[in-house]
Amino acid sequence: MNRRDLLRASAAAGAAAALPRASFAQPAQSRVLKMVPQANLTSLDPIWTTANITRNHGHMIYDSLYGLDAQFRPQPQMAEGHVAENDGKTVTITLREGLKFHDGERVRAQDAVPSIKRWMRRNPFGQKLATVVDDIEVVDDRRLRFRLKRAFPLLFKALGQVSNSPAFIMPQRLAETDPFQQVREAIGSGPFKFKADEFNSGSRVVYERFADYVPVANGTPSLTAGPKVAHFDRVEWHIIVDAATAAAALQTGEIDWYEQPPPEIQQLLRRNRQIAIEAIDPLPLTGILRFNHLHAPFNDKKMRQAILPAISQEDFMQAIVGTDPATYFTNVGLFTPGTPLANDAGMGPLTGPRSLDRAKALMREAGYTNQPMRLIGPTDILAPSAMTQVCADLVRRLGFNADIVLTDWGTVVQRRTSREPVDKGGWSMLLTAFSSFDFADPAAHFPVRGNGAQAWVGWPTVPRLEELRDAWFDAPDLAAEQRIAREMQTVAMDELPYVPVGSYLSLTAIKRNLTNRVPGLALFWNIRRA
Amino acid sequence: MFAYVVRRVLATIPVMAVVALFVFSLLYIAPGDPAAVIAGDQATPEDVERIRQSLGLDRPYLVRFGAWVFDILRGDLGVSIFTNLPVVTMIKQRIEPTLSLMLVTLILAVSIAIPMGVVAAWKVGTWIDRSVMGFAVLGFSVPVFVVGYLLAYVFALELDWLPVQGYTSFSEGLWPWFENLILPAIALGSVYIALIARITRATMLEVLQQDYIRTARAKGAGQTSILFLHALKNAAVPIVTVIGIGIALLIGGAVVTESVFAIPGLGRLTVDAILRRDYPVIQGVVLLFSFVYVLVNLAIDLLYTLFDPRIRY
Repeated sequence: MNRRDLLRASAAAGAAAALPRASFAQPAQSRVLKMVPQANLTSLDPIWTTANITRNHGHMIYDSLYGLDAQFRPQPQMAEGHVAENDGKTVTITLREGLKFHDGERVRAQDAVPSIKRWMRRNPFGQKLATVVDDIEVVDDRRLRFRLKRAFPLLFKALGQVSNSPAFIMPQRLAETDPFQQVREAIGSGPFKFKADEFNSGSRVVYERFADYVPVANGTPSLTAGPKVAHFDRVEWHIIVDAATAAAALQTGEIDWYEQPPPEIQQLLRRNRQIAIEAIDPLPLTGILRFNHLHAPFNDKKMRQAILPAISQEDFMQAIVGTDPATYFTNVGLFTPGTPLANDAGMGPLTGPRSLDRAKALMREAGYTNQPMRLIGPTDILAPSAMTQVCADLVRRLGFNADIVLTDWGTVVQRRTSREPVDKGGWSMLLTAFSSFDFADPAAHFPVRGNGAQAWVGWPTVPRLEELRDAWFDAPDLAAEQRIAREMQTVAMDELPYVPVGSYLSLTAIKRNLTNRVPGLALFWNIRRA
Repeated sequence: MFAYVVRRVLATIPVMAVVALFVFSLLYIAPGDPAAVIAGDQATPEDVERIRQSLGLDRPYLVRFGAWVFDILRGDLGVSIFTNLPVVTMIKQRIEPTLSLMLVTLILAVSIAIPMGVVAAWKVGTWIDRSVMGFAVLGFSVPVFVVGYLLAYVFALELDWLPVQGYTSFSEGLWPWFENLILPAIALGSVYIALIARITRATMLEVLQQDYIRTARAKGAGQTSILFLHALKNAAVPIVTVIGIGIALLIGGAVVTESVFAIPGLGRLTVDAILRRDYPVIQGVVLLFSFVYVLVNLAIDLLYTLFDPRIRY
C-alpha cells in the first residue's frame, strides 16, 4: 500500500456518508478505456462540421453502408450487398438484418435515404455523386435504390468515405434536418452509444457499448471495414489540453491512451516501458504551402515556381516531428505516400539539389520587385505552426518583403477567406496539413482543385486539373486511375496550386497492455486489454 | 445599512450594462468567424454563408445586441454555437469545479498567509521574517503553471500521493473531491499567499507601533492575545481589501490552473470559447465573472463594518 492508498483508506472511514454513489455502479476498470483525444469535442454532428474530432465521434456512434479497408477498398458494412442493373445505372443496396439504432428503433431504408441525401449536400464526394444521381428511392424497409444518369464506379467508395465527412446513417427524423443546421440528438447505430447525460464539452465525453450492435459476420477488422466488435463496456474521452499533464496522466495510469502527444512529449514517454509510441495511421499526413493565386506576387506562375529550389521538405518535416527519419517522408507529391496513386511524375523541381541562390535568381527573372507579401499562420496548432515558422525564415532569407502574421487558428480560418490584396488585409501564403485520407485520391483532395472562385482558399484556376479530376471519377480500373494521377501531378507541379512540403506520421502514445488496435484513426472496436 | 446595500445592488445594474455593451462590441469587432470553423476546409463560401445565416451571425450589430440583451433580461444567456447547449447549462456544468478551486484556495491562502504575516511582523528583522518575505518574493515571482508542474511532478508522478489531473464532484465524496484540489489550490494559492502575507506583515508592523498595543503589553496581556485579538483586528481592513482584490487574481489564475490540472471549470470554458469564437458562451461567462466581482466588492465593503465599528454606511 502506498501513501496515496493509505490516505484514501483513512479518508474513506471519515467520509463514509459521502462515499460516491456512482462508484458502486461503475464497471470494472478493466472494461473502461480512457483516452485523451486530439481535440475537444464540441459539435456532435459530423455532417454539419468537418472537425476531425467530430468525425471520430461519428465513427463511435454511427455506421455507414460501406466501410473502407486499409487499402481503401469499399466493403459492405451496414449493407448486406448490392445488385447493379441496367449497365450499372441502377444499384439496389440491401441492409443487413438486425440493425438497430441506439433508441431501439430498427434501421430502415427510410433512414438511409435521407441520411445519404443530407450527406450529399455537404460533402464534396457526395456533391460529385449528386451530379450523376437521378434519384435515391426506398424500395422497402431493407432496400434502397440509386437511379444514376450513368454508371458511377466509385459509388461504394463514396458511401464508405472514412474522413470528412463519412456518409453516416442517422434515424430519419434526424437525417431530415437541414444540412446547414446541427442535429439535436446523437443517435446512431454504431458499436457505441453516446452518453448525453455525461457529456461535458471541454472535460469528458462518454460512450457505452451498444449491446444490440450486430457486427459484420465475416472478415477482418481493417479501418472501417470488417466486424466492429467492442471489447470495452465504456470509453471515456478525457479532454486534457496541457500536453505535460496528459503525459503525466498516462504515466500514472489515470488514462490509457494519449492520441496526439507532441514530439517533445513523445521523447519523454518513450522512456516508459509500459507505453508504446506508434503511428496511429501507417499512412502519413501531408503538409502544404498554399499560394493566393488572385494577387501579386503569387498570381504569377513563374513566381510560384521560383521558390521551389529553396523548398526543403526535410526542413519542414523536422520542424514538426523532429529528426527521426522514420517519422517523416520527403519527395512527396500530390498523393499520400504509400497509397496506389502516389507517384514521382513532375517532381524534379522539388527533388534536385536545394539552392537559395537559384531561387533568388528565379525570383529576379520572374520580375520580383519587392512587392509586399503576407504569410499567415497559427500559433496554436502544432504542424501548421511549425511549418509556418520554417516558411517565415525561408521567405526572409529569400529576400521577400514579407509580413508574417501569426495568430490563433480561429483568426487564420477567417483571414484566409479574404480575397483582398495584401494592402487590404489579404494574404499571400499559408501552410496547413491534411490527413492521409484527404490526399489518397482526387475525390477528397480539394487543394488540388483548379476551379478558380469555387476552389479552396487560394482560388487557383487550372482547368486541366479539373478535367483530369473528372476523368478520374470515370476511370474504369486502377491502372487508368494511376495514369490520370501521374498527369495530375505533372500539371500540378507546373501550375503549383500549392507546394507539398513533405509528409509525417502522427504518433500516438498508448499503454502496451492495449492490443489489437485498428490502425488508421482513433477507433475503439477490436481493441482490447491484454 | 439596508439602504446602502440596496443602493449598491442597484448600482450593479449600470455596471453590468456597461460590461455587456463592452463585451458584445469587443467580440463583434474581433477577428474570427465561427461559421468558417464549423464549415471546415472543404466548404464553399456559400456553405459558410448559409451556416452564418443559420446561426444569426449575418444580422446587423444592433439587432444582435438587442436580441441578446432581451434574452438576458429573461434570464436566457443564449445557446452555444458549437455544442447547441444552453449557456446556462454549460455554466452550471463548470461552476462547481471553479468555485471549489477558489474556495479551497481562499481557505488555504488565508489560513497560511495571515499567521505567516503576523509572525513575520512579530519577529521583524529575524530569520523568520526574512524567510517569510523570501517565500513571498518566490510566490510572486514563480508563475502559477511552473508551481503546478513542479507539484504534479513531485506529488503525483514521483510519489504517487495525489492525482495528476481531473476533478471529482463533491457529491461523489469528500476525499475524492479534496484529493483533486490539493495540488491546484497550492499552485493557484502561491501568489495569493505571498500577497496576503506581505500586506499582513506591513499592516501589523504599523499597528504594533500604536500606543494601545504598548498599553496592552503594560497591562500584562499575553503575546498571542496582543497579536491576534488587539493588533490583527485593527489591521484587518487593508487585509480584507487585499483578499477581495485577490479574487480577481484568482479568477485570472484559475484559467491557467484549470488548464494545467485539467479541471473542467469556467476558466477553461472561457479559453475554449474564445479560441472557437463561441460568442454566446464568452459573453455569458464574462458577464458572470463581472457580476461575481461586483458582489465580492460589495461583501468586502460590508465586512469593513465588522472590523471597524467607526465605519457606517
